[in-house]
Amino acid sequence: MTIDTARLREDFPILSREVNGRALVYLDNAATTQKPRAVIDALTHYYETQNANIHRGIHTLAVEATEAYEGVRAKAARHIGARNAEDIVFTRNTTESINLVARAWGDAKLREGDEIVLTLMEHHSNIVPWQLLAARTGAQLRYADIDAAGQLDLDELRSLIGERTKLVSVTHMSNVLGTINPIAEIAEMAREAGALLLVDGAQSAPHLPVDVEALGCDVFAFSAHKMLGPTGVGVLWARAGLLAEMEPFLGGGEMISIVKPEGSTWAEGPHKFEAGTPNIADVIAFGAALDYLDALGMADVREHEKRITAYAIEALEGSGGITVHGPHDVEVRGGAVSFEVDGVHPHDISTIVDAYGVAIRAGHHCAQLLMRHLSVPATNRASFYLYNEEREVDALIEALDEAKRVFGRVESRTAV
Amino acid sequence: MSRAEPQFDELYREVILDHYRRPRNAGALEAPTHQAEGANPVCGDEIELDVTVEGDVICEMAFRGQGCSISQSSASMMTERICGGTIGEARKIMQLFEAQLVDAAEPDPELGDLEALQGVAQFPVRVKCALLCWKVLREALNIDEREATTTP
Repeated sequence: MTIDTARLREDFPILSREVNGRALVYLDNAATTQKPRAVIDALTHYYETQNANIHRGIHTLAVEATEAYEGVRAKAARHIGARNAEDIVFTRNTTESINLVARAWGDAKLREGDEIVLTLMEHHSNIVPWQLLAARTGAQLRYADIDAAGQLDLDELRSLIGERTKLVSVTHMSNVLGTINPIAEIAEMAREAGALLLVDGAQSAPHLPVDVEALGCDVFAFSAHKMLGPTGVGVLWARAGLLAEMEPFLGGGEMISIVKPEGSTWAEGPHKFEAGTPNIADVIAFGAALDYLDALGMADVREHEKRITAYAIEALEGSGGITVHGPHDVEVRGGAVSFEVDGVHPHDISTIVDAYGVAIRAGHHCAQLLMRHLSVPATNRASFYLYNEEREVDALIEALDEAKRVFGRVESRTAV
Repeated sequence: MSRAEPQFDELYREVILDHYRRPRNAGALEAPTHQAEGANPVCGDEIELDVTVEGDVICEMAFRGQGCSISQSSASMMTERICGGTIGEARKIMQLFEAQLVDAAEPDPELGDLEALQGVAQFPVRVKCALLCWKVLREALNIDEREATTTP
């Protein structure tokens, strides 16, 4: 079924506000998405009716809060096609999920001479934790290149993965280029080498139907706030049995079984990795976001984004003086669209389009390796979600036309 | 619905675009006495600055950088304005320039072309772009001060 954006936009209070005297055009969804009323209400509902600490009380509120919190584990598992809710750990964000693996798995498993294979299109959150791990263990980092079309060079990636490889960590969808990587193929390479495969799903879980079993990865990480949920909630899924092999991450309450003066034993399952009082309210509200997405259906979300992304790429390149980075075929890319405007720096673009109420991102998008590869200091990025409409792309194009006019004044004179 | 058309010709005055397209003193010095570099990590603007000081006179300046029109034109205009003057004069221009941007003070005639950047004061998130090269200059001059105190 096609997504009815006109009806759906009424669910998002912020979309009716004005910015600089114009209707807000929010095209920064790869950074964070807006929240539907149901998510905002879930937060208030929890604090007004259920607020209690979880897992440590037998009074009614504690039981209700615990059930609501644990219920979201199952919803998160279902969203990514995972079989067991017990394989889902709640963290603060994708970054913390990846750091958790680097500490709890990496510190014990990696030795000097081992190799970690990454790609040049990774977000800093999927680079820096491994650099720190490499510094602690003496492991080496290898980076797979990308081709001119903005896609992974799979032959090169295959040649990098060998018997020294202990971990392959790759993004499912680039936050800059929109490229969707062929995870199942990469999983095959990692499996043959006996390496663990971590997938950074921060940009895919919100936008694509995801099935971790079909992808064949070992670990999948994503963030609630990029998929209609509140900030402060991340998810880590690990294939059955892997969490049990990992050491604790943070120590404290909640993550223990028995504490004695000489040492402690650990809680089972995901609780071993959830030390201290977790972000109860936001996890519960994330459940409302997952309900909202599941009611729409991720296949329809994906179809809607394919349409608007194709429209945007054509409109941008058709308007003149604009180059879109990354693949142009929407079958192999998502809705994060980076582009350059000839002769105008992204910050100048961002300032001008903001005056038109249009929110886009300008900068390196936490992907400095990729910026260097593209030989640009920064890019403009418009990124779409389920509530965006084609008229919003038109508003962006109109604002970009003004930027081109302002910056064309001197050029057109000196060109004479 | 009536709505005001945004006016960017005032922020991006032609003199700014001119310095952005054809930066003055772009490049490197062969034997600078002072050097510094700086970046705005949030947005990626970068400036590397070479300065040659003789006595207390700034004889030569050159900069390399990448970034938005505000950061790069500010560097170009800065070198043009303060080169040939004393460090004390450069400090004074720096103060006038910061007052124009941060306190939205009326531009001082002493600023010359730098006055063109006054529109940036209306865009708080862009003020750091215009100030980057001055931060780098300050660092270069501070290094000079530290060296001066340790040199007999």
